[in-house]
Amino acid sequence: MTETTKKTGVSRRTLLKSTAGLAGLAAGSGAITGFPYVMSAEPKVLRYLGTAVNEGDDISKQCLKDTGIKIEYITATTDDVTKRVMTQPNSFDVLDTEYFSLKKIVPSGNILALDAKKIKEFDNITPVFTKGETPGGKKIGGQGTAPWKVLYLEGKDSKKFATSATEFVTLIPTVYNADTLGIRPDIIKRPISSWAELLNPEFKGKASILNIPSIGIMDAAMVVEATGKYKYADKGNMTKEEIDLTMKVMTEAKKAGQFRAFWKDFNESVNLMASGETVIQSMWSPAVTKVRSMGIACTFQPLKEGYRSWASGFCVSKGVSGPKLDWAYEFVNWFLSGYAGAYLNRQGYYSAVLSTAKANMEPYEWAYWMEGKPAEKDIKAPDGSLLEKTGAVRDGGSYEDRMGGVACWNAVMDENDYMVRKWNEFIAA
Amino acid sequence: MDTSEDILQQASPGLIPGSGTARAAKPTRLSPSFISWLQAGPMMLVFLAFFLIPLVFVVIVSFWDYNEYQLLPAFSGRGYTDTFEGCIAQLPDLCTIAKTYLKTLKLCFLVWAITLFIGFWVAYFLAFHVKSKTWQTGLSLLCTIPFWTSNVIRMIAWIPLLGRNGLVNSGLMKTGLISQPVEWLLFSEFSVVLALVHLFTFFMVVPIFNSMIRIDKSLIEAAYDAGATGFQTLVNVIIPLAKPGIVIGSIFVITIVMGDFITIGVMGGQQIAAAGKIIETRVNALQFPAAAANAVILLVITFLIITMMSRIVDIKKEL
Repeated sequence: MTETTKKTGVSRRTLLKSTAGLAGLAAGSGAITGFPYVMSAEPKVLRYLGTAVNEGDDISKQCLKDTGIKIEYITATTDDVTKRVMTQPNSFDVLDTEYFSLKKIVPSGNILALDAKKIKEFDNITPVFTKGETPGGKKIGGQGTAPWKVLYLEGKDSKKFATSATEFVTLIPTVYNADTLGIRPDIIKRPISSWAELLNPEFKGKASILNIPSIGIMDAAMVVEATGKYKYADKGNMTKEEIDLTMKVMTEAKKAGQFRAFWKDFNESVNLMASGETVIQSMWSPAVTKVRSMGIACTFQPLKEGYRSWASGFCVSKGVSGPKLDWAYEFVNWFLSGYAGAYLNRQGYYSAVLSTAKANMEPYEWAYWMEGKPAEKDIKAPDGSLLEKTGAVRDGGSYEDRMGGVACWNAVMDENDYMVRKWNEFIAA
Repeated sequence: MDTSEDILQQASPGLIPGSGTARAAKPTRLSPSFISWLQAGPMMLVFLAFFLIPLVFVVIVSFWDYNEYQLLPAFSGRGYTDTFEGCIAQLPDLCTIAKTYLKTLKLCFLVWAITLFIGFWVAYFLAFHVKSKTWQTGLSLLCTIPFWTSNVIRMIAWIPLLGRNGLVNSGLMKTGLISQPVEWLLFSEFSVVLALVHLFTFFMVVPIFNSMIRIDKSLIEAAYDAGATGFQTLVNVIIPLAKPGIVIGSIFVITIVMGDFITIGVMGGQQIAAAGKIIETRVNALQFPAAAANAVILLVITFLIITMMSRIVDIKKEL
């Protein structure tokens, strides 16, 4: 409503201009069809819908160089990506989304499962996705929408998740990470080791959580369990009573003034932390890195109860067929072939195929990011800016330790509708 | 003032084409009423296609059912019953929707009262104390400065000013007025009202200025000659004649604030409930019928407020 009313000052001329622009945009995006199909004249273009996580300019440039496929990014927030898949399935070709949204997307029938046999590196994908364990054999916590629960479909057009491996893969894994609380060690000045600290009155008015219900409720559940108030059968699939209990604990904390603000957007979380408005909050790995690159101490604190994890991958729109589908396979295969994986690893995420990423990284980089060893040289971001000085050790340590310490995954619950209502009540309290 | 007329025209499309009837009184073969229909036609079509028809869809969808991933076009009052859940059972405690609307109305009232006060005096100054037309235009353009930046930039800009380690707090601490940083400056109702007033006073200034500039100066002279004090002139002459502007400005501000969730979210640290926020959360969870139901409720309440206001002043007659 705000947006529409603000536009009242628009003159007829600018209105005409912008509508003409829109029409042009529609023509450019291929919405106007009926032109003769000429193979040789058509460049290989794929419209790539996803969040900003994987959408690096360097990745699309390298992809164009290696494969001749031009990637057009359509960037949206996690919620908006799902909304777009539901409402405009023909507006994209390749979809990059999180596993937890599959519970909504797959039943809608708007996406096409990919064929595992056509993915060259499929057998080399980390067992985190296929077996629910780390390469070193550590069992990973499976509460919530863990990727291995929703990785396969029963058949090509099936809307049912298969319980054992099939060749029809919902999302070809690309990137994942283990999330925890970010803290300001310079202000807190003591060790933090439990999720329960988020509600510690010591940090009254200086704590924050995410205002994205499906992720925020998981963080809240980690906190409730850490305080010893309740033990969930499955944090990622609560009963109504469990939702009530979780929100009650959070509401009491909110009323007592525990939270400074809730955040929704990457930059908001960086700002809150960097300005000292908050000293402990749920956070994402690259946001911690960003705060640190501003010269402000910030730790992505490993906690004894474990991490909350997320993972995303690729599939294609149901409208994609013919040569476009071949390009999509070509692109996914390229993505897993190493360059992109190394790029993601250097940002602090993890790539799905570890062997190819390793081949594209310097040994000292691999040792720092993946093995938890002290940096032999300065660690640089993909854009060349300095992230960590020689001698630094990654928060949480090695891949084995971090992924092996995962307790639960981002989730869509069966009682999602009820949970969203309760979340609104929490905000209104 | 070009802009204000544009705004007026969009706010109530019937008004200006209607006054065109009088102007088009030249002898012609087409009947005057046909011409006025022709003039009003394009706006009416736009209004129909982009406002009325979508609105009808919203009302229809609000009575549909839904599941995790799709709309189910079967009649269901679930969007509404869910929204009012606990409103009777929880008494005397207020339910979510009642709390949310009370909060929204409170913010709305505060913003309305403050923007009206500031807007009235800015408009008064522009209309009666600034003599040159150029200066009047220039100064009213200054009022648009808050719109030159985006919401995100504005939020980032408020933190260094109002934050815990911000300019205001460090200034107050240096002067020794406070020993601890004041927390309520940011992410509070105070900051929400401040940001909304900062943004929307402009919408009050323009219509009030527009009304004031039309006041015949001889009326004020007459009041002065008849021995009225400045205050009496203000209360008995200027305010009654500026009423249409005041009402139009109020309608702008109230409708915007009732539906706002971005500014309230950003400045309130996402901890303050707003009617618009409920709709956003529902849409993001793909629960479109529930979102539509909340939109209809918001529309009805806003419409009631505006109806009450236009009871006080008959805008059509005054214009």
